[in-house]
This record gives sequence, C-alpha cells and structure tokens, in this order.
Amino acid sequence: MTIQITLDQLTPGTCCTIIGLSAANMLGQRLLDMGIFPGLTLRVIRNAPLEDPMQVEIEGYSISLRHEEARFVEVEADGNR
Amino acid sequence: MGTDKIILALAGQPNCGKSTVFNALTGARQHVANYPGVTVEKMTGWYRYGDVRVTVVDLPGTYSLTSYSPEERVTRDFILHQAPSVVVNTMDASSLKRCLYFTFQLLEMEIPVILNLNMMDVAQNRGMTIDTEALSRGLGIPVVPTAITKGKGKTDLQAAILETAGQVLPSVPARVDYREMTSYISSLQERVTALSDLGDLYPLRWLAIKLMEGDEAVRDLVREKTKDYARLLAAVDQFRQQFRVAMDTAPDMHVANCRYQAAEGIARPCITRSKKTGKSLTDLIDTLVCHKIAGPVFMVGVLWSLYYLSIVQGYQITNYTWPLLAGFRNLVSDVLPIPGFIDVPLIRAFFLWLVDSVNALLNYIPIFFILFACIAFLEDSGYMPRMAFIMDRLFSRYGLHGQSTLPMVLGGIYVGGCAVPAVMSCKGIPDERSRLATILIIPMLNCLAKVPLYVLLINIYFAQHKGWAMFFISTISMLMVLPVSKLLTLTVLKDKEAAPFVMEMPPYHLPTVRGVLGCALERVWLFIRKITTIVVALAVVIFILLQFPGIGPERMDHYQARRDATVSSFYEEIAGTGYEADMADNSLMAMIRFWENYRNKKMRVKNPEAARAIDTEFEAANARFFSLVKPGRDRDAKQVNRALKTLIRERSQLLQEMRAERIDNSFLGYAGKALVPVSQWAGFNWRVNVALLGAFAAKESAVATLGALYEQGGANESLETRMARGEEGFTPLHALALMMFMALYPPCLATSIAVKLQSGSIKWMLFAMGYPMLLGLVVASLIFTGGSLLGLSGLQAMAAFYLLALGTTIAAGFITARQADTA
Repeated sequence: MTIQITLDQLTPGTCCTIIGLSAANMLGQRLLDMGIFPGLTLRVIRNAPLEDPMQVEIEGYSISLRHEEARFVEVEADGNR
Repeated sequence: MGTDKIILALAGQPNCGKSTVFNALTGARQHVANYPGVTVEKMTGWYRYGDVRVTVVDLPGTYSLTSYSPEERVTRDFILHQAPSVVVNTMDASSLKRCLYFTFQLLEMEIPVILNLNMMDVAQNRGMTIDTEALSRGLGIPVVPTAITKGKGKTDLQAAILETAGQVLPSVPARVDYREMTSYISSLQERVTALSDLGDLYPLRWLAIKLMEGDEAVRDLVREKTKDYARLLAAVDQFRQQFRVAMDTAPDMHVANCRYQAAEGIARPCITRSKKTGKSLTDLIDTLVCHKIAGPVFMVGVLWSLYYLSIVQGYQITNYTWPLLAGFRNLVSDVLPIPGFIDVPLIRAFFLWLVDSVNALLNYIPIFFILFACIAFLEDSGYMPRMAFIMDRLFSRYGLHGQSTLPMVLGGIYVGGCAVPAVMSCKGIPDERSRLATILIIPMLNCLAKVPLYVLLINIYFAQHKGWAMFFISTISMLMVLPVSKLLTLTVLKDKEAAPFVMEMPPYHLPTVRGVLGCALERVWLFIRKITTIVVALAVVIFILLQFPGIGPERMDHYQARRDATVSSFYEEIAGTGYEADMADNSLMAMIRFWENYRNKKMRVKNPEAARAIDTEFEAANARFFSLVKPGRDRDAKQVNRALKTLIRERSQLLQEMRAERIDNSFLGYAGKALVPVSQWAGFNWRVNVALLGAFAAKESAVATLGALYEQGGANESLETRMARGEEGFTPLHALALMMFMALYPPCLATSIAVKLQSGSIKWMLFAMGYPMLLGLVVASLIFTGGSLLGLSGLQAMAAFYLLALGTTIAAGFITARQADTA
C-alpha cells in the first residue's frame, strides 16, 4: 500500500520513490540538475537543527533543500528502511 | 601548422575535482581575473606539451548549461563565442550518471569533447568499476580515466587533448533521444533556417532545443541577431504551447528528463557495483557535524578557530610585519624635504599621507592571508554547505542565505571583524538577492576599526557601566543588521533574482597544502592589485579635502610670532651654558630631529641590551647632541636638556594647534559645519562631523581626528579628559547617538571597493555608502532627540533602544516571506 505525498512531509529515515516534479522553470531545472528525477529512490537523512532545510540522499550523493522547495517533489513513500 | 596553439576549456560540475585537474595541468602558470560584468572568477593557465602551447581556461563549475545563473551563462558564452579547440569535461567518476547529464548538454553544442573521469580512486573505493572502453563507444568521444590527486593519468589526458583538439571527430557523438519532442525540434530547426541565418553562427539543433526549453538567454540571442525575430519567437511559443498541451508537461522538464534517461542508458551498462561497503566516512562525519546539538556546537568551534587564527593570530603577525612597513615609511621620510620648526613642506605631508594610507591597508595582509587560507581550507573540505545547512533557517527569515554565515562572522558578528574579506567571501552565495543583501549589511557589523571610538566614548560617558555598554554595542549590530536586511529584501532588492536553495552536500575531502596556499596567495594578490590602486587615488582626494584652503596668511603670521617667541625664550634659557653655538640656526632643527629620533627608537625597544645598542649608535653619530639627550651629571647640559624639553613640548603643541586649525579651515571642515543643521538632531557638533567625515578613509582615523581637534589643552592629558572638558554640553546621550552612528557607519574606502567588485556595479557601491549614512542619522536623531524629549539618561536610552531593536528584529522575522518562485 503506497500513498502519494510530497517530499516535505517525510520524516528523517523514510525512503520514497520520486513520482514527479510540480515545479518548472528555475526550481524545477535545479531539482533535475541535482539529480532529483522521477523513478529514483530517495532517502530523507535528517532535518537541520532548526528543522529546515532537510538533507536527502539520492544515488549515493546527498543534497540539502528547503521544505518549501521539497513541496514540489511528489513522492510515493516506501516506509522506513 | 595551425595546431601549435590550443585553447582548452575545462568544464564540469562542482566538486568533481576540476580545479585539481587545472592545477595539475598548468602548475603555477595561472592567472585570475573576472569575466566582464559578472563576479565570476576566470582562471586561465597554460602548459607546454611537446612544442604545443596549450592555454587552459577553467570554466566555473555548473550542474547544467541553462541560463539561470551567471556561472552557467559564463560557461555557455565562452563555449559559444570563444570556440575553444577542445573541451575537457571533468567528472567525478562516482556520480557518473548525473555528470553525463551535463556531458550531453556539452555535446549538443557540437564541439570536440573529451570525457575525463576523475577521482577513479574514490569510485573504486566505493566498490564501483567503470568500463571506460564501453563508455567511450557509447558516447562516441574519447574517455580518459584519471586520479589526479594520486598523480595518475595526467600524461594520458594531455595526449588525448593534443589528439582531439580542433579535429573533426571520427565518429558522431551520442545524441539524446527527445522522443515526442523530436518532431518539434526538427520543425523548429527548419523554421530557424527559413527565418534567420542563426544556423551559420550557432549549432542549429542546439538552438532548436534551447528554444523549446524556453531559454531566456537564447531568446535574447535571437532578438539580437535576427531581423524577423518576432515571427520566429511566435513560432517557438506556438510549438511550446502545442507540446505542453499534447504531453501535459513543461517542455523544459521533458528535455531534462530525456537527457537524464539518455545518461542512464549510457551509464548503466558501464558500471558494475560490488556489494555496498557500509556507511561512508562522509556519512559518519555528517552524523556529528549536522547533528541537532553537536552540529551547531561544532560550527561555533570552527568559526571561533577561524576568527582566532586570522584576526587574533593575524594581528600578532602584524607586530612583525608592521616594522617593515614603518621602515618603508622612514625610508620615504628620509628622502623627502626636511620639516622646519613649524612649517611642514606640502610635498612631505602629501607623500607621508599616501604612504600611511597604503600602509594602513597593507598592514592587514597577514590577516587576509591566514583568513583566505582558512576559507580555502573550509571550501575544499566540503564543510561550507554544512554550515549553510545549519544556519539557513534563521537567516532565510531575514532575506539572507545559509551561506551568509561565513561573511557575517568575518565582518564581526560580535566585535572585531573586517568588512573587506567579509564582502569578498560573499562570492559563493548563489542567490543574487541574498548575496546583495549580505554585501549591503556587512559594513554595519562591528569591524575592528570601530572599536577605538566605542572604547573612548564608553570610558568617558559610561564609565560606571562599562560592561553593559560593551554588551550593548557588541550585540546591537546584529539586531540592526537583521531587520535592515529584511527591509532591503522587501524594497530595493525585491526584483533581484532569487535562486533555489537546493544544493549538493559533497563528500568531505582533505584539502591539499598546495591548493589552500595557492588559493590564498592568489586572492591576496588580487586584493592588493585591485584595492591598493584605488585607495591611492582616493587618498589623494581626501588629502586635498583636508589640506585646502588651509591656514590664512594672517593666522600664519600669528603662529610664526609664537614660534619666534618660543625659540628666543629657549635661547635665553641656555645662555651661558656653552652650548649656544651648537644650537644656532639650522643646528637647532638638527638637534630636535636627533632628540625625536632617539625617543622614537627608544620607545620601541624593551630589553636593556637593545637600548644600550641604540645609545651607542646615537653617541657615535653625534656625541655632542647625545650629551644633551642624556645629560648625566653635567649641570650645563642638564639645563639645556630641560630647556629643550620645554621647547619640544611647545613645538608639538603648536603643530597640533595648526593641524586642528588647518582641518577647521579645510573643505572637510566647511562640510562639517555645513552639516550642523542636520546633524544637530543627532547631537553632533561640527567637530564630530569632521571626525566622522574623515573616518571614511579608515574608521580608525575618527579617534585620531578627534584627537587633533581637541588638542587645545596640555599635551599630557589623555584624549578622554580633553574631550570631556572640551565638550561641556556633551552628555552620555550624545555619546550613545555617536556610537550608534558609528555602528551604522558607511563602509570604509577599501570595503566600498570590495562592494563594487562583488556587486559588480558602481550603483550598488554608492547605495552601500549612502543608505547607512541616512539610517545612521535617523537612528542617532531618534536616540538623541527622542531621548532628550523623554528626559532619558544615557543608560535608559540605551536600554530603551535595545528593546526597540530587539522587538523590531523579532517582528521582522515574522513578516511572511515571499512565496517560492515557481511558475
């Protein structure tokens, strides 16, 4: 059973599959440039000490992004791993 | 031959070891400059391979070749317009897939590309094996594996460069399959050919793809180079719209997706992964460094060390370098015409002023060198993005960026920074709006040069509450900076480009000594070259403003009369001592200089041995004079010694009075007086105005100028006493207003130049100089006029203002931030 949510809702330790990006232009391009592509598996590593931004791991490298930006990444949660 | 000169461009994504490759190829033959109009650094170097000279241009690291950031635009323009003979695409072998996404964009520009798989050692450690042969076949371009930090592969790379440069490629490189968009692209290619001759200037397919993506810079290119651009762009818009409707995706997202899939298709068969080897070292370090509690603690430790090493230890080193600069000044001073009893030749005054201005700046070099080295170390190690990660939440509320942390610490978040390196370190902030906001607020932080004035005023007017007053002034700058930054972001900066925060947190590297020192040296050199020349030019202007029109002939007569009186009373004193002949006419000045030189030298040494050496030296130079400086038991000599002391004291007093009067009668003095109607609301009289105006050259000079202006009393009194007496009506409230004005004081000369360099425009430099003045005046008036009306004491006003600033800061943090920039 999977639920479709956005990346900013995930808590540290969760894995998910990227479904799509709802941002275009600069932010969308930037997310794609950093390797956030539909179909890939992503893991939320941690939130920053003040809760924002968040650190995620994808394909072996780690990326930090603000929750405000993670809202545009549609994912399917795989549960904890 | 045609091939004995090669222009090679190095391109690649950030953190792929590109600068290591650059260093390995070019060695020390490097040159840094800025690309015209932007603040992106342009690194150029060269090497010789056989009898071929290869010029290497290190393009900025970018993830993509769109036109969203200045780095991307610079990279793309260079490839398009400078037509390098070959592009070496360096990439981190361990993140092959994402890097190929970039490679495909390079290949679309139809230039010879060599793929340089760097950091092969890292990839192997991670259990990855890459079949470079297969990769080369798949892409249709040469692939050279290297591990430059281990010294492997450099000659292979050089050989491949020579072979590929300027040649027509033996095979057609791989192309991205744009699937549903392919037909749109070919139709658009036809349109471009039909409506323009752009195809002769640029790769046609690339143009069509970029136009489908909606790339603004390429649209501008079309507007610029095509007569009938309106029709062409209308066709582009129509195609894009059709595609969007048909596919239900934004065309640019589709393009990026296809590129990524092509990269995946090429990369997958070439990589074999052995079993994953547990947590990497980077992950382990991150658990500590990004931890909720340990992370911030570690960061404070890093920042403290940075501050300690550069500002504190750097100042220690200036104790050793300053004598060199002082020696240079003495050298200049010896060459210049000798000063008279009260008249200093203008040319002497001018050159000494110039040397002093430059020395004041050069004195900072040890600090800058350590600082730049530390920053290079932090940059290379990969810690910077972690710092941004920790601080972003706090700063982004005020329109700043996580990466504003370092500049703000350097600028003096507590007390004692320097705005010049702080502004220079803003370079890395990707978001233009936040970068400008950071640059504009840094001068308001407490740089070291503001401290003497604070200490002076606190000692006079807040002597009972020194601790509180120091706490107030150290922390208030933070409470001013944050709301001001928010205000700037919501007003003048609101139309500036904001960039997404999304960034890579690269694996940690151990920086190399060569990389760190090389980088520090380059930046110091850039600083000296850019800033010193301009400081010299502006020092000349300020000299003129301070010297002219100067003391009128009538007043000059007055001073000459006083000089004559002083000198003749000296001769009366020494009459009958047997030393009259030694003191006649010109010899008197020689005696005075001898005396002063001796005192100066003596003052600088502490140990008795060195003191004895100086004695011997001076005695050897002129035994007669020396017997007057150190009279011993000889009664006559003692009498002359006393008379000389009085004479020298009176002379220095005369000189100081004249200096004060000269400033009074200078253009700057007039300006100080003219400003009184405005500045009176802040409680500043004209003297304070002059000191503040003079402080623009360097803030340290505020105390010196005040010193010169308050030189009426005996020379033995401290400035504190003189100022307290000289300004009967001056209250703690005045002092507080003055301190706050100083806190918000416009950037000094050197900082202004740094602002110009980093913001890339004179307009922003002028703004950075203008708005703090206005703000400072408003704040100082609020404190002084408001405080007077409410009948507050200095301490009460301080508390009230602090609470007001604190309230404003908290309130500003809650003003809802702009919505994310999305379309």
